[in-house]
Amino acid sequence: MKLRLPLLLLAALGLGACADRSPIDARAADAPPATSPGKASAPAFAPPAESSIPPGPYGDMVRLGRDIFLHTAQRAKPYVGNGLACVNCHLDAGRLANSAPLWGAYGMYPQYRKKNGHVNSYGERLQGCFMYSMNGKAPPLDSQEMVALETYSYWMAQGAPLGVKLKGASYPKVPTPAKAPDYARGQAVFAHDCALCHGADGQGQKVAGTYVFPPLWGPDSFNWGAGMHELDKATAFIKANMPLSRGGTLSDQDAWDVAMYMDAHERPQDPRYHGDIAATRKAYHDTPMSLYGQRVNGHLLGTGTP
Amino acid sequence: MLGGMLLVWAWPWLAGASTAQALASQGNGHGAPACQSCHGADGGGQAAAGFPRLAGLDAAYLARQLADYVAGTRTNAVMQPIARALSSDERQALAAYYSQLPLPARPAATAPAVDGPGALLATRGRWSQQVPACEQCHGPGGVGVGANFPPLVGQPAAYIQAQLKAWQAGTRRNDPLQLMQHLSRALSAQDIDAVAQWFAAQPLSAHGAAQ
Repeated sequence: MKLRLPLLLLAALGLGACADRSPIDARAADAPPATSPGKASAPAFAPPAESSIPPGPYGDMVRLGRDIFLHTAQRAKPYVGNGLACVNCHLDAGRLANSAPLWGAYGMYPQYRKKNGHVNSYGERLQGCFMYSMNGKAPPLDSQEMVALETYSYWMAQGAPLGVKLKGASYPKVPTPAKAPDYARGQAVFAHDCALCHGADGQGQKVAGTYVFPPLWGPDSFNWGAGMHELDKATAFIKANMPLSRGGTLSDQDAWDVAMYMDAHERPQDPRYHGDIAATRKAYHDTPMSLYGQRVNGHLLGTGTP
Repeated sequence: MLGGMLLVWAWPWLAGASTAQALASQGNGHGAPACQSCHGADGGGQAAAGFPRLAGLDAAYLARQLADYVAGTRTNAVMQPIARALSSDERQALAAYYSQLPLPARPAATAPAVDGPGALLATRGRWSQQVPACEQCHGPGGVGVGANFPPLVGQPAAYIQAQLKAWQAGTRRNDPLQLMQHLSRALSAQDIDAVAQWFAAQPLSAHGAAQ
């Protein structure tokens, strides 16, 4: 079964997603994903070793931030509304290059964001993670959780230049695919490469009530306001980091297709929704990278989960 | 015999339990010896010899290992002839039987340091070489997750070492997506020893069975 707007998507992808195109070998085997030309000259950075976190109150706050990052549902419980943890999308406790590492983000704030139309502090950016990716509530900026996460980020970014896009920051963009992302092809990729861990139904796997493998859609996953629901962002994450420990092994086309498959499933409502899917799409998701408010296989996406 | 009768009495609700129990305690009389002579009467394995625990492991995982010994994607001079001497039904019955055995009690061992190299690999991995933490797939404490990620906790250190070396050498190649063959190549002999010692020393009872 195909997406009902393949031509639209194809056209839009051609226009919108190739500004930062890079020549990535479709089957790059074990090589890490290439970075785009714009980043080739970006300075490299290596975060300090975790063993160098100092003793004392400052180090304690760094460690608390790390622990929140790894065990978000346990350590930041009031602000988490799903089964995810920060580390699910930012591997190695937020340290790994090409996995949106904290050291690559910290020095880029304050920053104007189109998402909310104003200048965001780093703290406000973290609040966004909790509201959308964690489908929860924004921790107050002066809460211990937020201070810990900021301290952890600051510690990790020490020595990095301020306001400079570093090599390995964010997720490396994946070139526009030859064929428009396709649900059925994505489903096949999912069954072959993803279901092992995330389950045939994409709902992850738990041990003793705690997720070991995160759910990719459904009520315990990120909501429709999260960046990962956008096809280009999900593709970039998947290509560089999935399957776990085998990042870079999926072809670009497979990564786009499976991202489309993941993001064509229902998930918790965008918290900015006020009763009208079309209006919410127009206000926040007016991009071909979002399937919110679109019909896929006859289902109108954006109705949310119970 | 008395022990066997007690086991039969203790597990009357298990379909095929008496057959599987007889196989486990006596073998099948045509090539497959008693499982328990190596894996222990309680299925807890033998730490000194590196024979793995079977008790409490996922049934589908156990059945697939036996099938893979037959197919040759998992090689072992002792286990391959035994698996080939078992019928498909016998393999399934044994897998179900061992999956239902309670976790064996084991005396507490002295665990390596929580900030040592074994613990770090187990809980954090080594992402500079694309090695995830063992616990990211095998579950918190290494209790195992589902049919594809077996428990590491409570397995003999010698068994874990042997498996990691088998993945490296390609003599074991029945891992989904070649995850273990691939990541094991990043591990040194010291890494393997450290992480094996770590999981072998973790208390089995504290974690309970995987869901």
